Amino acid sequence: MTDKLRIEDVDKAFDGKVVLREIDLAVGEHEVVCLIGSSGSGKSTLLKVVNLLVPVDKGSIHLDGVEITGPDANPNIVRQKMGIVFQSFNLFPHMSVLANITLGPRKVHGLSADEADERASALLERFGLLDKIDEYPDRLSGGQQQRVAVIRALASQPELMLFDEITSALDPELVAEVLDVIRGLKEEGMTMLIATHEMGFARDVADRVCFLDDGLILEHGPPAEIFSSPSQPRTRQFLQRIVDAGRL
Amino acid sequence: MTSPIDHVERRGPQRLWPRLPPRQREEGARAALIAAASTVVVIGLILWWVLSSDTWPAVQRQFFSGFHFRESFPQVLDGFWLDVRMFLVAEVLILAIALVVAMIRALRGPAFLPLRAIAVVYIDLIRGIPILLLILLLGFGVPALQLRGVPNSPLFWGITALVISYAAYTAEVYRAGIESVHESQRMSARSIGLTQGQSLRYVIVPQAVRNVIPALLNGFVSLQKDVALVFVLGIREGLREAQIYNASTFNYTSYVAAAVLFLLVSVPVARFTDWYTERDRRRKQAMSS
Ligand SMILES: Nc1ncnc2c1ncn2[C@@H]1O[C@H](COP(=O)(O)OP(=O)(O)OP(=O)(O)O)[C@@H](O)[C@H]1O
Ligand SMILES: [Mg+2]
Repeated sequence: MTDKLRIEDVDKAFDGKVVLREIDLAVGEHEVVCLIGSSGSGKSTLLKVVNLLVPVDKGSIHLDGVEITGPDANPNIVRQKMGIVFQSFNLFPHMSVLANITLGPRKVHGLSADEADERASALLERFGLLDKIDEYPDRLSGGQQQRVAVIRALASQPELMLFDEITSALDPELVAEVLDVIRGLKEEGMTMLIATHEMGFARDVADRVCFLDDGLILEHGPPAEIFSSPSQPRTRQFLQRIVDAGRL
Repeated sequence: MTSPIDHVERRGPQRLWPRLPPRQREEGARAALIAAASTVVVIGLILWWVLSSDTWPAVQRQFFSGFHFRESFPQVLDGFWLDVRMFLVAEVLILAIALVVAMIRALRGPAFLPLRAIAVVYIDLIRGIPILLLILLLGFGVPALQLRGVPNSPLFWGITALVISYAAYTAEVYRAGIESVHESQRMSARSIGLTQGQSLRYVIVPQAVRNVIPALLNGFVSLQKDVALVFVLGIREGLREAQIYNASTFNYTSYVAAAVLFLLVSVPVARFTDWYTERDRRRKQAMSS
């Protein structure tokens, strides 16, 4: 398996507070890696660093073997190969669903309005949201909003998708419909790096699970291994708390 | 997270006079009656007090003379028309220039530091100078230089001074709007590959402007009055015409005529601003509930 994404020895601090420490992580082509870890462990920061929304302090990141953290890398070009979906506030509230989805293809990828509309309709159809094409985000349920956010990211035809706890702001009954979208993407072979609090989902969908603790990757491995016999006491503790909270 | 209660409360727009059960409706009618009666009494008392005072005839002659009003009005109206045109031209320029300045201020990254610095210096400098000083400086100063290829009319430089001054304030209004847009919106825009400029233009600014429309409208009201300041340059706008009339008759009714004209424009805009702000506030409340 060739590496789609390779993160090497990345450090990141905010105002002297170290948030990521010596992160080494590779994501293979078509691989799905889930990031787990307690709140504040650095999952979101890691994803933002990969998307170049936050600069690294040290280390390097390679996409398809090309360094994207160097001084000559153009973030606007790099981002065209990746899609990212955040926890909330993803959609542009002043634009219809269609306009949200077509903005990137039209302004960044140079598609004509017709081509972009066609692409958007096809994606909406596939995810069962075609009837919402002219709605505005505040008239959609949280689950529908997140699905549209995923579609918007897919409309730029990314080769790598980053998800940052995209279900954690949702009512429980809406979580499944969003997670099913990600399962569908896995079946199509999308390469994905997913930060999540949904352990059941991580066990289900991940090829590999990465446990982050205080900015450090404490351990990673196949979900069966991490969830049933973690080697680190911190991982055991974390998982125990989740079990106690009834979430695994 | 919508509970059944939310739906009940949210149904339909709020009314100024909510439809009430009969008993409360009766009370509502009584309240309206009391409000009307007390208004009539208070205004009546004030009028009686003013009109019956010893000085009223003198005040009326000086400020509210029907004869002088009719005499001065056409001239003042003529001048006021220039005020209106100055306001329209200046306002369009202000809205455009201020937006550009605010967008420059919102750019991030070391490459834009010089541009950002220029924007900050401009805003700080201009906001620290009295607007009248700027009008005098440009309106008299620049024409006195007799530069070639540069307009020499005080009118041009008067409007320029107004635009420069108001654009600095208005840029700050826009900036507040830009900062009120959630950071995730900027990140989302950047993450789909938009450049900083595109993110501002298509995602941030449209939301920002919507958030500051009431503040922009307040700026309209205040500029609509401040255009009269160019009278110090001798430009024959409304206030200047009133002054000219006053100088030859020693009667102040012409000023009152000018005041009436300014009020005719500014009061409706002020009412509209209030109405819009209130509607906006309600809508936001409905959305966040
Ligand atoms: N822009 C920022 N400025 C300063 N500190 C930040 C910033 N972003 C994140 N942090 C800090 O970095 C640490 C890691 O944050 P991060 O959001 O990456 O954690 P997380 O694992 O995603 O947590 P959660 O599960 O709550 O989303 C936190 O302590 C946070 O306060
Ligand atoms: Mg997070």
